[in-house]
Amino acid sequence: MVVGLFHYLFVAALLLVMGIFGIFLNRKNVIVILMSIELILLAGNLNLVAFSASLDDLVGQVFVMFSLTVAAAEAAIGLAIVVIYFRNRGSIEVEDVNLMKG
Amino acid sequence: MIAALLFYVFAAIMLVSAAMVVSARNPVHSVLFLILVFFNAAALFVLAGAEFLAMILVIVYVGAVAVLFLFVVMMLDIDFTELRSGYQRYLPVGLAVGAVMLAELVIVLGGWKVAPEAITLRLAPRAAELTNTAQLGRLIYTDYIFLFQAAGLVLLVAMIGAIVLTLRDRNRSRHQNVARQIARTPGDTLELMDVPSRTGVAVIGILRPKPEAPEPVEEVHGGGGGHH
Repeated sequence: MVVGLFHYLFVAALLLVMGIFGIFLNRKNVIVILMSIELILLAGNLNLVAFSASLDDLVGQVFVMFSLTVAAAEAAIGLAIVVIYFRNRGSIEVEDVNLMKG
Repeated sequence: MIAALLFYVFAAIMLVSAAMVVSARNPVHSVLFLILVFFNAAALFVLAGAEFLAMILVIVYVGAVAVLFLFVVMMLDIDFTELRSGYQRYLPVGLAVGAVMLAELVIVLGGWKVAPEAITLRLAPRAAELTNTAQLGRLIYTDYIFLFQAAGLVLLVAMIGAIVLTLRDRNRSRHQNVARQIARTPGDTLELMDVPSRTGVAVIGILRPKPEAPEPVEEVHGGGGGHH
């Protein structure tokens, strides 16, 4: 690895904080919240790859593949839910989602 | 040296684009910045020696996930300026949570180091004579084959789930209704009549096809109209 492990970890930490910040900032827009979740998962993957390279162990990269699978599935299902929600309610505001609140 | 410089360049572009993803006014721009984030993350993967994952990231994320996002953003007719209201209200709490989180992570990273015996716990050390892809293939098709199958199952469930969720039955197809076919009796459609011999059926008032009910006669014929 050309730079130290801590550089990778710090970049991944910044990316994760950026994703969490995005969730707070776009409280109404579900699509941007899904994108922020993608950023958070990418930060996790970056950590796994950095540790895999630093410890010289390929299992970390195998785990990144499974994490990518789950992230892709999550994006597909999330966007499908957004589409049917928009079809039913005509909006994607998160604050409108209170029908099930007893 | 060049590689270290490239790392900082890619990392900086990635972080700036990530900031643009969460703060862009137009969600289409957000998606495009997300693609830039993925490309730069793939470059960081390459610098860490994970070539196969870098290519997977570009193919799966940029080629599939980001395009899916783009489709959904463009398909839904949403007034995005209205969704931006309350942006100022959420900014301080978001900044506060982000700052606390970053501080905690930095504290953890600063007070942490790899255990010296961790190097003996490696499960799959890198082999110098094989490429990254070949080594990953040897791992996932042997030791991690069940996890690999489970990942395929997750994708199958996601695919079926997305189709089931978004499928809309608009009753446009004229498919066979088996229950209705079986429940049908001859009395519904068939009528048996006694017809004397040497008589036409039309004479005794059985007309097939059945004549339509006479249409109401229009009182006024359109002036100068061309109805004949």
